Amino acid sequence: MKRRIPLLLTTLVGVIFVVQFFVPHKPFSDMQGLLSDWVQIIAAFAIWLGALNLMRVSAENVQRRERNWPYAAIIIASFLAISVVGFFFSGGTHFQDPGTPFDWMYQNVYNPLSATMFAMLAFYVASASYRAFRARNREATLLLLAGFLVMLGRVPVGDKLSGFLPEGYRLSNLADLIMNIPNKAGQRAIMIGIALGIVSTSLRLILGIEKSHLGGEG
Amino acid sequence: MSTDIGVWIGALLTLGIFSFLYRDNPVYKVCEAIFIGVSAGYWFVSLFWQNIQPKLYLNLRGAIETLVQGGGIDARWLYLISGVLGVMMLMRLVPKVGWISRWPLAFIVGTTAGLYMITYLQSNAINQVHDTLVPLVGRGSGRFLFFTLPFHVSWAALLVFIGTFTGLVYFFFSVEHTKLAGKTARIGILFLMVTFGASFGYTVMSRMSLLIGRMDFLVGNWLGLVH
Amino acid sequence: MSLLDRMLTLDRRWIFLVVAVAVTVPLFLHLEQKIEITQESRGVFEGLSGLPAGARVIMACDFDPGSAAEVQPMAIAFLKFALSHRLRVIIMGLWPQGPMQADLALRDALRDPAVAAVAPQYGIDYINLGFQSGNEVVIQRMGSDIPMVFPRDSRGQAIAEFPIMENVRNFDAVAYVFNLSAGYPGTVEWVQFAGDRFHARIGSGTTAVSAPLYYTYFPKQVTGVLGGMKGASEFEELTGFKGKGTRFMLSQSFAHIVMILFVVLGNIAFFASRRRKRAGETAA
Repeated sequence: MKRRIPLLLTTLVGVIFVVQFFVPHKPFSDMQGLLSDWVQIIAAFAIWLGALNLMRVSAENVQRRERNWPYAAIIIASFLAISVVGFFFSGGTHFQDPGTPFDWMYQNVYNPLSATMFAMLAFYVASASYRAFRARNREATLLLLAGFLVMLGRVPVGDKLSGFLPEGYRLSNLADLIMNIPNKAGQRAIMIGIALGIVSTSLRLILGIEKSHLGGEG
Repeated sequence: MSTDIGVWIGALLTLGIFSFLYRDNPVYKVCEAIFIGVSAGYWFVSLFWQNIQPKLYLNLRGAIETLVQGGGIDARWLYLISGVLGVMMLMRLVPKVGWISRWPLAFIVGTTAGLYMITYLQSNAINQVHDTLVPLVGRGSGRFLFFTLPFHVSWAALLVFIGTFTGLVYFFFSVEHTKLAGKTARIGILFLMVTFGASFGYTVMSRMSLLIGRMDFLVGNWLGLVH
Repeated sequence: MSLLDRMLTLDRRWIFLVVAVAVTVPLFLHLEQKIEITQESRGVFEGLSGLPAGARVIMACDFDPGSAAEVQPMAIAFLKFALSHRLRVIIMGLWPQGPMQADLALRDALRDPAVAAVAPQYGIDYINLGFQSGNEVVIQRMGSDIPMVFPRDSRGQAIAEFPIMENVRNFDAVAYVFNLSAGYPGTVEWVQFAGDRFHARIGSGTTAVSAPLYYTYFPKQVTGVLGGMKGASEFEELTGFKGKGTRFMLSQSFAHIVMILFVVLGNIAFFASRRRKRAGETAA
């Protein structure tokens, strides 16, 4: 019951979505439409689960006075602040309109924090490249050279440095060549390999051979 | 310098996160905690007003109103099933009944498996093979050095074909990479190394762009030194 | 401590400082940069510029503030071009932050003189349908019934009330899909479900991290790819609406040169220390 019904559900829904691809008429089109709406609603609840779980874990940390519990309290406070503002003080469905308190929090709190977190990666990529990127063998040297040529070719300074070469033979043209031939070939090989892997895994899931998504026993 | 309190808050939060570059400190930890809480809350609110409210609540409310007004049971009642499945998903928070969340999870996994099986095969496999093979003939000069060939071939397309084929041979681990397979795989590795080098170059460009954006905010929007 | 030892044990905070300076100082300089246009970027521009006035374009905003530095300039240039050329823009997103980022870009675009001259109106010339969860399932569903997926706009009003959504059933009513992508779901899903399944014409504006992958889709499955800040600067050059994408290219140049120098210095230190170690072993 605990595992059989979910397996049956996976198979049934998977088959409907495969069949409707080839038979896009009633009743499969109607079934696909309804199931797609259900998936959107369930997906929303799945993300809600993540947020609520975060609150549960943070609340436990605060209650037990675990190490760094004040930061868990800040997590809860920030979550409640934006949630209360978004649910009750931003005009309901108009919560994203310019000038609402929710929009203000998005622009002045969420936006800078999110952007800065990702901007930190620039420093780490430079530091990691200095310490670890070594031309130990032919392959690594080829990788490095390709990286250098693309980095220089994709900025205006690349063409300034190779300005003495005739047009069509400068660093930007070399970067184009690298991206359109070897890069395209390598990416295609990886893409085809991944696609075949996904097809086989999907088939295993639909046939009930793969059960890892159901978790452990019980 | 900006006089907007929102810009000042954004700048101070930015500097708080950047303080980690010197060393880990409580200011960074506070900013990180605010980010985690606000991110989770943002998704929480957006999903309610843009998904759950219009798709679930309004549909069920309409179905109830129709029933109350004597209009009978209409198709919108089917959304109740999705609501129940959604609540079952939330039951994962309760360890004793957490197993029930497997049902909605199985639903999503089945949908994804059914969709991916066909679309990945079509778009990422068959169409890629098509776009590798078809350009090989029909375009190009019809010449190789001093010779005129009886057909046209695109040299760029030929190189892409060689790179794709040898790259696939490299990833085929069911055959030992010795003799012909080994030589072919070695050519594949060279193409893949250039691919990874190009990816590295683009990754650097991406990361630096994000930092430029932040610095522009600090020196431009906040300090007003750049216009 | 010798120079070589200093190089090998360099505190990474010095590297951070050099990167910060390399990126910030060029912001104060105003040097004209010649932007070379790639065929991938031209493909996006030609896909849009060939559309007649009144054609509907979906602007699929699948990015967040973490990638806005690269993608937001593309969004702004696109909106300025589309609205000033009287294309009708339908904004939506598979990321919740996407439609909000589009709103920010819209505020910028509506202030532009070329756009203000046309005076586009909400609900007639553009609309924001907001975000829907479900990732590729949303695109799949849009292929058969867009009003079912987005019964209301981002403000909660029924879309049937807006002239721009009249007779919009599926992708057949849409001339072009311009996808601004920062990961999953993004261009891959739009190509698989909208392009290959429902034959929608797609252009991609993406972060530089993802751009090398999307070259495999060009030119058959996407009309063009704008890759990172370089792609944004090319698109600004082509549309004539120059902005941050172009302005930041000088900082980008300096940053790349600094990166290459660091890698070269690191390798010099590595090979020098290896030679020193071998010389030491030989002497012993």
